[in-house]
Amino acid sequence: MFEEYNPINEKIFRVIDNDGKVINKKWMPEISNERLIKAYKDMLFARTADLQTVSYQRQGRIYTYPPNYGQEAISGATAMVMRNEDWLVPAFREMGAYLAKGATLKELFLVFMGHEDGNVFKNANNMLPTSVPIASQLLHAAGIGYEINYNKKKQVVYAFVGDGGTSEGDFHEALNFAAVWKAPVIFIVQNNQYGISTPFKMQTASKGIAIKSIAYGMKGIQVDGNDIFAMYQAVKNASEHALAGNGPVLIEAETYRKGAHTTSDDPTKYRSKEEEEAWDCTDPLKRLKLYLISKKLWSQKEEDQLVEEYKLEVDRQFEEAENYPAYKLEDVFKYMYDEMPDDLKKQQNEYENFMKWKEARK
Amino acid sequence: MEGGAKMKVMNMVNAINDALNIKLAEDRNVIVYGEDVGVEGGVFRVTEGLQLKYGVERVFDSPLAESAIVGTAVGMAAAGLRPVVEMQFSGFAYPALNQIISHVSRLHNRSRGRYNMSMVIRMPYGGGINALEHHSESMEAFYGHIPGLKVVIPSTPHDAKGLLISAIESNDPVIFMEPKRIYRAIKQEVAEEKFNVPIGKAKVLSNGTDVTVVAYGAMVREVQKAMVMAKEAGISVELIDLRTIYPIDKETITASVKKTGRIITVAEGPTSFGMGAEIAAIISEEAFLHLEAPPKRVTGFDTIVPLPKGEHFYLLTPEKIFYEIERTVKY
Repeated sequence: MFEEYNPINEKIFRVIDNDGKVINKKWMPEISNERLIKAYKDMLFARTADLQTVSYQRQGRIYTYPPNYGQEAISGATAMVMRNEDWLVPAFREMGAYLAKGATLKELFLVFMGHEDGNVFKNANNMLPTSVPIASQLLHAAGIGYEINYNKKKQVVYAFVGDGGTSEGDFHEALNFAAVWKAPVIFIVQNNQYGISTPFKMQTASKGIAIKSIAYGMKGIQVDGNDIFAMYQAVKNASEHALAGNGPVLIEAETYRKGAHTTSDDPTKYRSKEEEEAWDCTDPLKRLKLYLISKKLWSQKEEDQLVEEYKLEVDRQFEEAENYPAYKLEDVFKYMYDEMPDDLKKQQNEYENFMKWKEARK
Repeated sequence: MEGGAKMKVMNMVNAINDALNIKLAEDRNVIVYGEDVGVEGGVFRVTEGLQLKYGVERVFDSPLAESAIVGTAVGMAAAGLRPVVEMQFSGFAYPALNQIISHVSRLHNRSRGRYNMSMVIRMPYGGGINALEHHSESMEAFYGHIPGLKVVIPSTPHDAKGLLISAIESNDPVIFMEPKRIYRAIKQEVAEEKFNVPIGKAKVLSNGTDVTVVAYGAMVREVQKAMVMAKEAGISVELIDLRTIYPIDKETITASVKKTGRIITVAEGPTSFGMGAEIAAIISEEAFLHLEAPPKRVTGFDTIVPLPKGEHFYLLTPEKIFYEIERTVKY
């Protein structure tokens, strides 16, 4: 696959078309019907949750939120390949991958409500919390990859970044280190065409991102990121490549951020309606749904019913997060160090004295 | 402002935009760039309209790389331009620290004065906006600690305009930190024409006799609210707006403390090695025998700024500032 789709040939890897028809039989993966339906349901759940989260933000119930809308197949495909022992090193637009790892919506909501406790992700094995400084997490992925090789483990690291992030030095340094170390890291670039307002063509003069893999001495492939079959095939091949000790792979997943960068952003300032509509027909859920319907594996009726159930579940978890115990003063201090320095204890005590004074003044 | 000057009501975003507009118009060496500053006009809309007016060669979106933004500005400044670059949030400026510490602050000295680092690095900073991680820090003391930099923080639209014009005209590099919490919270009449507020000069905002309070940026307003409580308690506060972190105006602070005998510093960042520590050291050196109480630092904790649910513990409220004023006066 990595020979046939060597990025030097500028050929994007695609398996189904925008109507869900198979156009690349050679690379159509074998996936059981059950697994495929589960993948669709997971993407549908992520989309339902994502859209609802934006509306919670509009209602003032959470703070800033970066939507995933339109990019669900990338996390969805990764979720199908990623195993419990594998690592997930996310950026901040991979809800489906977080959930597949065992993170809960409640935890994600807590973070966006402004509580660090959400970052514990206690049922998610081998997953780092969100990294906000762009691309910085990719170096961590290379370091985890080193540990895997060092201890001769059979694990893969799935590390995410956006197209904007590929301009940061950390992106290039991470690729270089991982390739030198032959670290089992799959770098997945969600190329959603914009870094906030900056279009991809202003991010790099290169023909794309996947082609950059060649200079680092690693495999790379440009994939239609809204084609779940192509993404699954690419991630699966990449993970086999890494597990066989052949080093990292760079996957450029072409997609489109249908929503805003975050809820603080207004995309109408920098892109046109025509452009948004042109990308609409590539929607990843729509394409998989059309495929499933054509195979009589799915119906709109089923979907409508399921979405209603999902909405209730999302609301339930959101309310749980809203009812989370109030933030305490000690929560500010207690995780700063393994053992709290005396001076920090004193700062906490002094603040407690202030709170008593404040209470007494009332 | 002197009589006759045309005035316009501005918030800090308008005032900074106005300063950039004036300097772009009068000096073609001024170049403005950073992440999303062009088409979008910056995530806080500070550079709105400037690309349209001055073109993409002079106001533009860079690729997403803070180190590259500052590093290229070093080259531009060495070659004679006056870049004004934006770090989208101060918490994202850290990839640029290598360039700032290794070159921005040093090239003038390294080249024995041959190359000026005539650049401004603008960055919104500070807490109180219910933001995600890395969007709320106050690391001004850190920049103040780097020899070779000037560090400026305005607290009003008027000062923001005059200080930014001075910063762009300075042949030395200036870190221009913008208290984003009050970007739009304060409006005042600001002269439409060009004017300078000098770098390195603090301003006494109100005269008092019992205690000197030194603050800057968004904290000035919080201290002013605390002063209402202090007045009710019969305490007379002298408030100094520092305006420049470095070079620090020792004279103004020292003269005030010699009069009041007490000093409180109000700064949102962590306690240790911060602005309060620096000012306390200055007072110990310059006004030791005039002190009637130990200098008091009112600061955030030596912790990470908590996410919004816990941020209220960290932020300095008027009540917290008054509490410390009262304790110092009663010492």
